[in-house]
Amino acid sequence: MTRRLVALVLVAAALLAVPLVITNEFYLNLASQILIYGLLAVSLNLLVGYGGMVSLGHASFIGLTSYTAVLLLNAGFDQLTTALVAVAFSTLCGALFGVLALRASGIGFLMITLALGQIVWGIAYRANNLTGGDNGIRFAARPQPFGVDISSAPHFYYFTLIVFAVALFFIWRLVRSPFGAALQGARDQPRRMRMLGHNVWLIQWLAFVLSAFWGSVAGLLYVYYNLFISPHAISLQQSAETLLMAILGGASTLTGPIVGAIIITLVKNVVSTYIDRWNSLLGAIFVIVIMFMPFGIVPGLRQLWVRWRRRAKTERAV
Amino acid sequence: MTPALEISHLKKRFGGLPATRDVSLTVMPGERRLIIGPNGAGKTTLFNLVTGDLTPDEGSVKLFGREMLKLPTQQRVHLGLARTYQILTLFPKETLLHNVVLALLGLDRSRWNPWAYLAGQRRLYDAARAALVQVGLGEIAERVVGETSYGERRRLEMAMALAQKPKVLLLDEPLAGLSQEERKQVRDVLNAVPRDVTIVMIEHDMDSALAFAERITLLHYGEVIVEGTRAEVVADPRTKEVYLGE
Repeated sequence: MTRRLVALVLVAAALLAVPLVITNEFYLNLASQILIYGLLAVSLNLLVGYGGMVSLGHASFIGLTSYTAVLLLNAGFDQLTTALVAVAFSTLCGALFGVLALRASGIGFLMITLALGQIVWGIAYRANNLTGGDNGIRFAARPQPFGVDISSAPHFYYFTLIVFAVALFFIWRLVRSPFGAALQGARDQPRRMRMLGHNVWLIQWLAFVLSAFWGSVAGLLYVYYNLFISPHAISLQQSAETLLMAILGGASTLTGPIVGAIIITLVKNVVSTYIDRWNSLLGAIFVIVIMFMPFGIVPGLRQLWVRWRRRAKTERAV
Repeated sequence: MTPALEISHLKKRFGGLPATRDVSLTVMPGERRLIIGPNGAGKTTLFNLVTGDLTPDEGSVKLFGREMLKLPTQQRVHLGLARTYQILTLFPKETLLHNVVLALLGLDRSRWNPWAYLAGQRRLYDAARAALVQVGLGEIAERVVGETSYGERRRLEMAMALAQKPKVLLLDEPLAGLSQEERKQVRDVLNAVPRDVTIVMIEHDMDSALAFAERITLLHYGEVIVEGTRAEVVADPRTKEVYLGE
């Protein structure tokens, strides 16, 4: 327990020190992006890893939040109202999506979330006078929470870090809460859970809504960061990448999706300047990881660590 | 007195195959009822109809006078119904303790709490441990289900059902696949269940089951063929014909 606490303090210190070490604005912005996609992947993982519900429509919450935020701000609302209503509206859409998607499970669930994501994308793409269509639409300016200017890269990084930490704390609490246990039980033995008195549908729907909520928060950060939203940001490719982050890093863990987000964001943004075929590289990484660590990087490394310690112990005994 | 469980004119067909044809059954509070019948007689189907895993074509199922057919499974459980499965359905990667905690959570308001630390809920864990002690698994409460024997898992099934303090307990072949020693352990657990729990049990092991049951219902091809006290059913020629094979 204390060792974990030490690790937590070290990681927090490292994250706080990032803007001091990385002074290059491009890389600092990359760190902010990683936090945003990390939050998106962690929120999706509530469904995928803890709920056993694989969704291919999670990027739609970026779109729903971002477009709502743009439209509200352009209509003259203040930043706080804009942020709250945008997240609330997107979460509400998530609640409706949940009702529709939970008509099915497994592949059926996946296909419905895919279809819903495509509908959101289609509306963004087609509703020209509302969304600017393929050209996208601009978000006027970042807010100034409590009067603090977050337009510079380091300030925005700290702002994102705070939101990310708060979100992660709530999700961490949820995972080890009674509700979290019920969610994981519903994933493993839905029929048995019903026979134990659990309302499996409601558990899964609430998980869907919570996942949509934190996904929407990530969406808000997205539009603050980019000050722009277009259909490309919410395409099927984005949903699939988010799912890939969760699976690559390890869907059975809280931190796995963050590791996945780090790798995929770095490959997309850094490696792509050196290699044209960065998509192939991403594919290769995915195949290799899954071959050697079928449950993802974080569980795989944990296993290695346990094995290595056991070997060290037996050697000492000899 | 209101019957604990009252099944009347229950019918269920799977396509052209009638699995349950016009079954009526009344079990009084505190009773120990045994349901016997050859393979395919519709015993487990009957349980699935009572719990709501299956929806009957016709008929009614009442728990203490309350019609349950319109209720989803989890609400029937909240009214005091519990069951164990013939084919074990446990949470294999979790500890025995966690399995029982999940059972307790099912009836506990705190199951919706997304903030509290589950492992810190003393009340739940104490109750879960007590249920495990009751079935003789107190010593290995922290063990993962995957590392336990079949007999221990059977008793875990019982612990999960008993922990919920049900009014009506449905046991689907609780002795199946157990050794003589393990059977004795399960029988002792069953004998210790207080009389405010009504028990309906499907069982093939006639020696154990006959000693336990007060009334017996014989199902055959989805119908009740014989029903009565232990002595009556055993003596009935139709029992011998369809079941005891003499």
